[in-house]
Amino acid sequence: MNDMTPTREQREAKLEGMGCKRKRVEDIRFTQGKGSYVDDLKLPGMLHGDFVRSPHAHARVKKIDDTEALKVPGVLAVITAETLKTVNLAWMPTLAGDVQMVLADGKVLFQNQEVAFVVATDRYAADDGINKVVVEYEPLPVVIDPFKAMDADAPVLREDLAGKTTGAHGPRKHHNHVFEWTVGDKDLTDAAFRKAEVTIKEMISYHRTHPSPLETCQCVCSFDKIRGELSIWGTFQAPHVIRTVVALIAKIPEHKIHVISPDIGGGFGNKVGAYPGYICAAVASIVTGKPVKWVEDRIENLTATSFARDYHMTTEIASTKEGKVTGLRVHVLADHGAFDACADPSKWPAGFFNIVTGSYDFPTAHLSVDGIYTNKAPGGVAYRCSFRVTEAAYCIERAMDILAQKLGMDPAELRLKNFIKAEQFPYHSALGWEYDSGDYHTAMRKMMESVDYAGLRREQAAQRAAFKRGETREIMGLGVSFFTEIVGAGPSKNCDILGIAMFDSCEIRMHPTGAGIARVGSKSQGQGHETTWAQIIATEIGIPADDIMVEEGNTDTAPYGLGTYGSRSTPVAGAAIAMAARKIRAKAQMIAAYKLEVHEDDLEWDIDGFRVKGLPEKTMSMKDICWAAYNSVPPGMEPGLEAVSYYDPPNMTYPFGAYICVMNIDVDTGVYKVRRFYALDDCGTRINPMIIEGQVHGGLTEAFAIAMGQEIRYDDEGNVVTGSFMDFFMPTAVETPHWETDFTVTPSPHHPIGAKGVGESPNVGGVPAFSNAVNDAFSFLGSTHIQMPHDYWRNWKAAKNLGVFA
Amino acid sequence: MIPGPFSYHRPATVADAVKLLSTLGDEARPLAGGHSLVPMMKLRLASPEHLVDLHGVAGLKGIRRDGNTIVIGAMTTQHELLASDEIGKSLPILDETALLIADPQVRYRGTIGGNVANGDPGNDMPALMMTLGGSYRLEGNAGGRDVAASEFYQGAYFTALEPGELLTAISIPVPPVGHGYAYEKLKRKVGDYATAAAAVVLTMAGGKVATCQIGLTNLAETPLLAEDAAKAVIGTSLDPATLKKAAAAAEAIMSPAADARGPVEYRKHVGGIMVMRALQRAAGRAS
Ligand SMILES: Cc1cc2nc3c(=O)[nH]c(=O)nc-3n(C[C@H](O)[C@H](O)[C@H](O)COP(=O)(O)OP(=O)(O)OC[C@H]3O[C@@H](n4cnc5c(N)ncnc54)[C@H](O)[C@@H]3O)c2cc1C
Repeated sequence: MNDMTPTREQREAKLEGMGCKRKRVEDIRFTQGKGSYVDDLKLPGMLHGDFVRSPHAHARVKKIDDTEALKVPGVLAVITAETLKTVNLAWMPTLAGDVQMVLADGKVLFQNQEVAFVVATDRYAADDGINKVVVEYEPLPVVIDPFKAMDADAPVLREDLAGKTTGAHGPRKHHNHVFEWTVGDKDLTDAAFRKAEVTIKEMISYHRTHPSPLETCQCVCSFDKIRGELSIWGTFQAPHVIRTVVALIAKIPEHKIHVISPDIGGGFGNKVGAYPGYICAAVASIVTGKPVKWVEDRIENLTATSFARDYHMTTEIASTKEGKVTGLRVHVLADHGAFDACADPSKWPAGFFNIVTGSYDFPTAHLSVDGIYTNKAPGGVAYRCSFRVTEAAYCIERAMDILAQKLGMDPAELRLKNFIKAEQFPYHSALGWEYDSGDYHTAMRKMMESVDYAGLRREQAAQRAAFKRGETREIMGLGVSFFTEIVGAGPSKNCDILGIAMFDSCEIRMHPTGAGIARVGSKSQGQGHETTWAQIIATEIGIPADDIMVEEGNTDTAPYGLGTYGSRSTPVAGAAIAMAARKIRAKAQMIAAYKLEVHEDDLEWDIDGFRVKGLPEKTMSMKDICWAAYNSVPPGMEPGLEAVSYYDPPNMTYPFGAYICVMNIDVDTGVYKVRRFYALDDCGTRINPMIIEGQVHGGLTEAFAIAMGQEIRYDDEGNVVTGSFMDFFMPTAVETPHWETDFTVTPSPHHPIGAKGVGESPNVGGVPAFSNAVNDAFSFLGSTHIQMPHDYWRNWKAAKNLGVFA
Repeated sequence: MIPGPFSYHRPATVADAVKLLSTLGDEARPLAGGHSLVPMMKLRLASPEHLVDLHGVAGLKGIRRDGNTIVIGAMTTQHELLASDEIGKSLPILDETALLIADPQVRYRGTIGGNVANGDPGNDMPALMMTLGGSYRLEGNAGGRDVAASEFYQGAYFTALEPGELLTAISIPVPPVGHGYAYEKLKRKVGDYATAAAAVVLTMAGGKVATCQIGLTNLAETPLLAEDAAKAVIGTSLDPATLKKAAAAAEAIMSPAADARGPVEYRKHVGGIMVMRALQRAAGRAS
């Protein structure tokens, strides 16, 4: 060996494989403004479509007059429900088994609902046209308060469902009822409550909010009449699903539909569903024979395409005097808006909300969820969370604090007392899940030591005493949150979307010179897949990550995948990538054995190639094997080096984490200051620590926004009062707290590389940490629960209600 | 988010601008930085048929001292106010306020003339101009006139500006050396208008308040001068009881609207808090 022979460390480093803080390759184009988004696409002769929207939350549509609109120069067509009926598309199926109006058919059910689609030669003309469409409405009484939706005399919202006593998820109890979903053992749980020494009960609301990605929803549809092919470029988190849905509802053969998701500027669940804009643009293209672009503006995005949360969770815990929990009972009133358009796996009307037992060893639990219709926008998307997991984590984490307060126990102590123990994994929860792995005590203790939890509690006691003496107007709160997520949907035995199992896929092709391409069924919206997917492959097959190109989002080239949301990409697609890479390596081993003239079993893997056991000089690098794959494979073997893997996960993964927020609140103004926020995440094997940190920063910032003010609020008439970034709280860098991140590593035992997914953990775990901090701050003044969001005026109101100004 | 059609004019002199505005009539609007007007146009809350861009008009920019008066051209941007040594020296409260307006991007475009002429109760400069005793120079077809800031605001988006008139400059008497000042603004985030804000300019003599003006932003349809509150502190050393009295007097004239920033009672309450905090901070700065 001469001095130039790279060391093992150098060979490892060159791969930039798993565990490496590899710089994001996609950022080279993003930071130079060279990304390519839907709105960058300009096709010859392209038209623009835009919506006439309803000013009313509930009204009959008496008449739509487009006479004046059609006179506006550049306006070519005004599409209404009547037009759509000719192609049987006035209504469309939702992912949740309901149907949704594409354009108002006889009535409107929420403010800003799509009423007509104006098609014009440019966006200006389209908007001028919109302002000339005259719609005659007859306002109807509205249902805004979810708690009044099922009153006997509540207005009937969905006339199309008249007489239907059964919906997609079983019986309907009322004309505004969508479904009831129950899980768990009711009798056993009732018994636990009867025997309980201590119980708590609280209605914990998680308000309606919105994912609001930087880029709104948009598409370009282009129908080629000669070929009978429809091409759709769109902001789709799940492009293959969109292709299948279009094939099913537009009756175009699936191979003649080309769906392409180019670069996407954030999704956060907003871009999973199918929206009227997509259908209208497609129909407009079919009608006009020209490409048609539809791009939402911010107000439309916030008020019409999807919302998140809106769960009202009446929560009860039974416990012993010593603080050992014995039962959990939760009833959820789920406000779904005008149509049930939740993007959950089909059999899960309330998503995976039954993860609500959280990180605790509840011997029994019972959950029931009632979904209801109101005059609000449809959606119910998983805003940076696996389906309804954020709601569940908030519910249990808030409730545990309430129980701690009732018991006079420290909230961290109560959690430590009730955690599922490391030796109990795999753990079967009372509500039916099998948690794969965890070590909660270690994570919690590490958090407490890192922030000097005991010291913070002492400081809080001193601050409270000073407040009572009138020496300060600030109160201090510590918000503890210990969350367990369930992500990686999911195993075909219980997860599908419209009948398609929720597997994911990868195809790898290695080229002769040792570089390759990986095509994956997931679709990055900013998560950095082009970087991390290549890292998995680099480690698995010993080819530098820089030599692997990752491609996603083109349904003609990518293998069928279910897309990116619910932190499913690493658990599912990441596994498919590792499995495809292992197939490559297996074939490579056969080629290497042939070339090195030894038996396959005499070879061992060594970083970037194979070596003969006991003869470390006799090696063949993966790069050389790639070349050999194209000219000298063993007799009988097909040339080439490619592999495809479709991965059906055996279980979900269960990331967890311990967060704490330290906050001061000025009672005179309600202004809060986040003094410290520490987030410890355990997402199993860590592929790229820098990307994990970035994901945690982003998710915590969203959690901060949601807990402290981000809200879609309606007034009593059903007008959205927070429909722009002036009022919908979108923090800037100035408001955003400093984040401290930390980790433990408990690999998933069933995942090929042990990874669990992390993108959504900070949103899931962050919200309860903020809300618990606010609640903890006020608790010594006698409050048990203050609803989110905790914006300034509500904090002030809470202080006032607690007699601070008396 | 697409404005309606309009035609665009770019006059070179005040006379031409005024002539255009008066011949085009009600459907014409001056365009300064565009950071209030253009968003309204995009929402089609304003649909002027003609925009008269003031960026080409000579003589509308600049800051100069004229004896004991600072004269600021209407087209001077908020950024230029912050960059000016003269303002920093003579009218530091203007810097403090400008820094609380939106973000650097908005301040590079937004002008002081547009800010005071707009008539939006959320704008910060109007209450400040009232507090400082400023006045506006208005030029119309029939000649020019000066209107005191305190006489200018009549209602939300209603001002003393007559159709066809242009606001060309703002004059502000220089406050005495050693004055104390503060602009306290409560907002939800960078880029937000005030939930409540108070401007205070005062002088102290022998540890007691000698003179005091208090202005209020976004606490009524128009900016307000809190005269009773100011009177209540004269001759006091701003003890807690006096501060409370001043806050109560200020709250008595507030009539904010409930909005996403909070209900009426909250906005009035924090309006009072802003008054107390501004008084204390101003007194701390006075010599
Ligand atoms: C995100 C954002 C946040 C903001 N936050 C704040 C804030 O916190 N506080 C605040 O005070 N402002 C705020 N603003 C407004 C900003 O300061 C504007 O720039 C200012 O209100 C208007 O100045 P302009 O030069 O942009 O005027 P324009 O928008 O061009 O004009 C405003 C109005 O005044 C009229 N006008 C303009 N100049 C004249 C003139 N010389 N004579 C007669 N009429 C005239 C116009 O016709 C129009 O009606 C914010 C703006 C944005 C976009």
